[in-house]
Amino acid sequence: MTAVLEVEALSCGYGPVPVLHDVEFTVPAGTVTAVLGANGAGKTTLLRTLSGLLRPTGGRVRYAGEDLRGVRVEHLVRRGLAHVPEGRGVVTELTVAENLRLGGLWRRDRADARRAQDEVYELFPALARRRDHAGHQLSGGERQMLAIGRALIARPRLLLLDEPSLGLAPKVAAQIMALLRRLRDERGLTVLLVEQNVRTALSVADQGIVMSLGRVVTAAPAARLRDDDQLRHAYLGF
Amino acid sequence: MERFWFLTFDGLASGAVYAAFALALVLIWRAARVVNFAQGAMAVATAYVGYAVVSATGSYWLGLAAAILSGLALGALVERLLMRFAGPGGPLNQVIVALGLVLVIQAMLGMVFGNDYRPAPAPFDTDALTIGGVAALSPYDLWVLGSALTVVALLALLFTRTPVGLRMRAAAFAPEVSRLLGVSVGRMLTLGWALAAGVGALAGMLVVPTGLGLHSHAMDLVFVVAFTAAVVGGLDSPVGAVVGGLLVGLILSYVTGYLGPDTTPLAVLVLLLAVLLVRPGGLFSAARARHV
Repeated sequence: MTAVLEVEALSCGYGPVPVLHDVEFTVPAGTVTAVLGANGAGKTTLLRTLSGLLRPTGGRVRYAGEDLRGVRVEHLVRRGLAHVPEGRGVVTELTVAENLRLGGLWRRDRADARRAQDEVYELFPALARRRDHAGHQLSGGERQMLAIGRALIARPRLLLLDEPSLGLAPKVAAQIMALLRRLRDERGLTVLLVEQNVRTALSVADQGIVMSLGRVVTAAPAARLRDDDQLRHAYLGF
Repeated sequence: MERFWFLTFDGLASGAVYAAFALALVLIWRAARVVNFAQGAMAVATAYVGYAVVSATGSYWLGLAAAILSGLALGALVERLLMRFAGPGGPLNQVIVALGLVLVIQAMLGMVFGNDYRPAPAPFDTDALTIGGVAALSPYDLWVLGSALTVVALLALLFTRTPVGLRMRAAAFAPEVSRLLGVSVGRMLTLGWALAAGVGALAGMLVVPTGLGLHSHAMDLVFVVAFTAAVVGGLDSPVGAVVGGLLVGLILSYVTGYLGPDTTPLAVLVLLLAVLLVRPGGLFSAARARHV
């Protein structure tokens, strides 16, 4: 299996405060990889470093075999790397339709961008009904659907998702996980999923990476993480 | 009653200029969260360019085009060369840089063009037409009103109907998300400053012939009034800027007409205070706390 993402000895921090220390892992193509860990483990910082919002202090990130150093954030989506940030993926001042249009503006293939928008409405009929509502009028679940749907308009190879279940009812969170499973199986989408809700994340993930205090403490198939009591008690708290 | 109608028309005409100028302030506020205190000085500089072209070519319209083009360029330059580097330290740094820019521009204009008022001829007759015995708008007032409203309409179309308008709005509301979606936020910021300064240049060209003439301080009071108009409407709202501009134009016209011109600057201040006390977000803002 080829790796879509290879992270090598990645370090990052905010000013003089280091947050990530020598993080290493790979994400195989067509899989869902969950990044797990307590609050402050560095999960969000990891995603933000991967997509270039933060500048790494060491190490490197290879995406599709290519070093991402020096690639501008706004060019990543053109290469198929989409990042849905935590809790604020939707531009709340814009309508649902405008958010979706925004997601496809960079695309040369206008016809396919429009087709991708229609697919989002098919995938989430709730959004189709609220097309002309502003983002701030949507429920938390609808916002998350909109943010994920908008990312799909780029037809990404790799989707970075930060806490998609945050603040959602368990049923809605389960729907979103089912959607990720479907996208992986039907489209071969590769997902790097940051979650605090370990059960939710492991219900869909193929492999899990457990972080603690900015380091990767273990990387293992999801099934093993589910079954290994010691690991669960030590890092995942259940 | 005749006097009332005259003052109303007069207020609407000057209000249209305040509206255009307030719109320029709102454009930058929305894009960069900073009040461009250099807007007035920049507009005067472009008006000097415009009238230099007018006297060289004899054509007001070439001069107008030159003023607007130099406004677009000046706005882009100010963002690229100054504001971009002042930005990371917080909005106050940009305000201070803008105030410094005012001093530099006004000093340079004084050095190059001198401190006398230069004549700035209007392209149309400035004498009011009388309709049914009432002195109403002059042809020049109609031109001011018409061109200001046209710019407002064009900007509204740009922002709501075009891809670049959508990009600019998204970049202003959510810069990080926009970058992740492939929007060049820095470029949108430059474009926002360019557009705002272009609109400011137009407003400058419209207002200079109605005053004493061209002078490095010609826009000082206009800036204060337009700032008031933008605050009255809500700094976030282009519609608010237009309504605020017309409203402030009317109020000042009545105050000047009934109470005398001495009270005009005072009225601006009272209005600004009243709005900040009663509805600090402005008439058209979503009621949300904001720090300036």
